[in-house]
Amino acid sequence: MATESQRDAGPRRGAARQKTAWRVLLDSYVAHHRKTARQSFQRLIAQPLTSGMTWLVMGIALALPMGLLLLLSSLQGVSAGWESTARVTLYLEQSADQAQLQALAAKVGSRPDVSDVAVIPRDEALAEFRASSGLSDALDYLESNPLPHTVMATPAEPVRTPEGVEALVGELRQLEAVAQVQVDLGWLQRLSTMTELLGRVVWTLALLLAVALVLVIGNTIRLAIESRRDEILVSKLVGGTNAFVRRPFLYTGVWYGLGGGLCAWILLVVSFWWLSGPVGRLASLYRSDFVLAGLSFADGLLMLVFSALLGWLGAWVAVKRHLDAIEPSQIDSA
Amino acid sequence: MIEFDRVSKRYDGGYTALKGVSFAMDRGEMAFLTGHSGAGKSTLLKLMTVMERPSAGNVLVGGQALNRLRPRQVPFLRRHIGVVFQNHQLLFDRTVFDNVAMPLEVIGAPPGEIGRRVRAALDKVGLLNKERMNPIALSGGEQQRVGIARAVVNKPPLLLADEPTGNLDPELSADIMQLFEQFSQVGVTVLVASHDAELVRAMGNRVLTLREGELVSGGASPREQLHGH
Ligand SMILES: Nc1ncnc2c1ncn2[C@@H]1O[C@H](COP(=O)(O)OP(=O)(O)OP(=O)(O)O)[C@@H](O)[C@H]1O
Ligand SMILES: [Mg+2]
Repeated sequence: MATESQRDAGPRRGAARQKTAWRVLLDSYVAHHRKTARQSFQRLIAQPLTSGMTWLVMGIALALPMGLLLLLSSLQGVSAGWESTARVTLYLEQSADQAQLQALAAKVGSRPDVSDVAVIPRDEALAEFRASSGLSDALDYLESNPLPHTVMATPAEPVRTPEGVEALVGELRQLEAVAQVQVDLGWLQRLSTMTELLGRVVWTLALLLAVALVLVIGNTIRLAIESRRDEILVSKLVGGTNAFVRRPFLYTGVWYGLGGGLCAWILLVVSFWWLSGPVGRLASLYRSDFVLAGLSFADGLLMLVFSALLGWLGAWVAVKRHLDAIEPSQIDSA
Repeated sequence: MIEFDRVSKRYDGGYTALKGVSFAMDRGEMAFLTGHSGAGKSTLLKLMTVMERPSAGNVLVGGQALNRLRPRQVPFLRRHIGVVFQNHQLLFDRTVFDNVAMPLEVIGAPPGEIGRRVRAALDKVGLLNKERMNPIALSGGEQQRVGIARAVVNKPPLLLADEPTGNLDPELSADIMQLFEQFSQVGVTVLVASHDAELVRAMGNRVLTLREGELVSGGASPREQLHGH
């Protein structure tokens, strides 16, 4: 037995590590880890109110930035979607007729930097406007159709960049019978600036909340250390290494983290489900392809790992500051 | 096994608990440490497990100079020293069995071996039938015996006991001393701090006497006697 040989080695050689029977050592090491993890969990379960509160606090503090991040990536999805379908609209002069419209459409459509064209004759445009705006009565008072013929051109893949589209617009503007060329990049740029700003805000928030979580866990673990002071002293007295004494507290931190992560996951799923209806309706009102993307399974797992890591870190801070300071010389004053 | 070389201990408060203490003990030797209350008995024992560090002088345990021991190595030293504490230091949040098992847990002994060794130790102190109880439900003497079982469960080569019979009746005290005697016969070095002058005399072992931090008798080691030192 490894322990037998250690005992017989005497204090001097005992300090040197034994390489024999490493398999037995490894097995009992793993078994001890498992046992410590289980006992730490049971301790948390034994105090459901305190642990539940900590889990909920963690859950909220994690769900908030995570939810915002998800919203952000949904918004970025919108701008990406628009970028790929950003179409250039050519308004023809009022005087242009149907033949000129068809000729222009053919000319634009044959360009290598345009992948697709659509034609909207002025009558059709008016009809659609009439249908969608609800102003048909007012329109009846107009003597003539105020809307011009329209050609919509989709830039080809290689020119779908702000500079590429701008160059295309410049060239299309030169064409005959074209009154105005519009490309709806303006609000896209605004959106992307706003998402960038929002992104920074969210990351700052996430960072601050992560620090707060580490402190919360640290404080919780500090209380746990205080309440188990005697056990720590005795463990150290019978030869427990610092690593051994720390282990249950580090596991406690990990359990807090995992529980908090799970809480956050549940909160996110519930609140996204709650929001998805109204958001979908709002998006359809804006004819947007916006979809509120929920938490994917992989992201959820990542969040769990991250929160477990935060819990561990918080525990580590507490253990470093409070546990290593407990030394057996205090045993009689304890 | 133990060597004290002009060891002094001055506590932070300024009180000097030990003054120039020198003695040595061989492997398998059993000795008593006596002296009035406050003479420095507990302090002397604490130096051996590095619960305290000496202010001057050297302490060697098992050939290891303790003042050269780095903090990381201290736990490994303690695993080879069984200690019975003056106030037993039992944990009341777990059973007698789990209390006694602690020294085996810290070295990562396999569960089967833990069970076997803990029962053997409890059997030696006559508490095998109480392993499932919480130590708080035991009498003072029984608690002390649990502390003894925990000190010996690991079969350490050095056993230190601080007033191990303080709460025991004379008969039980004698039994416990017999137990210590048996340990020393199988090669364990045993040092027992005790007030019980009568019991100490009855045992007939070497006696180290402290008075106000000074070793006034029993200081010469067997080896030194041999060399006519
Ligand atoms: N941590 C400490 N800080 C300051 N002084 C201490 C400390 N521990 C012990 N002392 C002092 O050192 C002296 C010796 O104490 P020690 O505990 O070694 O005595 P003892 O011989 O074990 O006494 P007793 O028989 O009452 O247990 C005492 O006067 C005590 O006040
Ligand atoms: Mg004492």
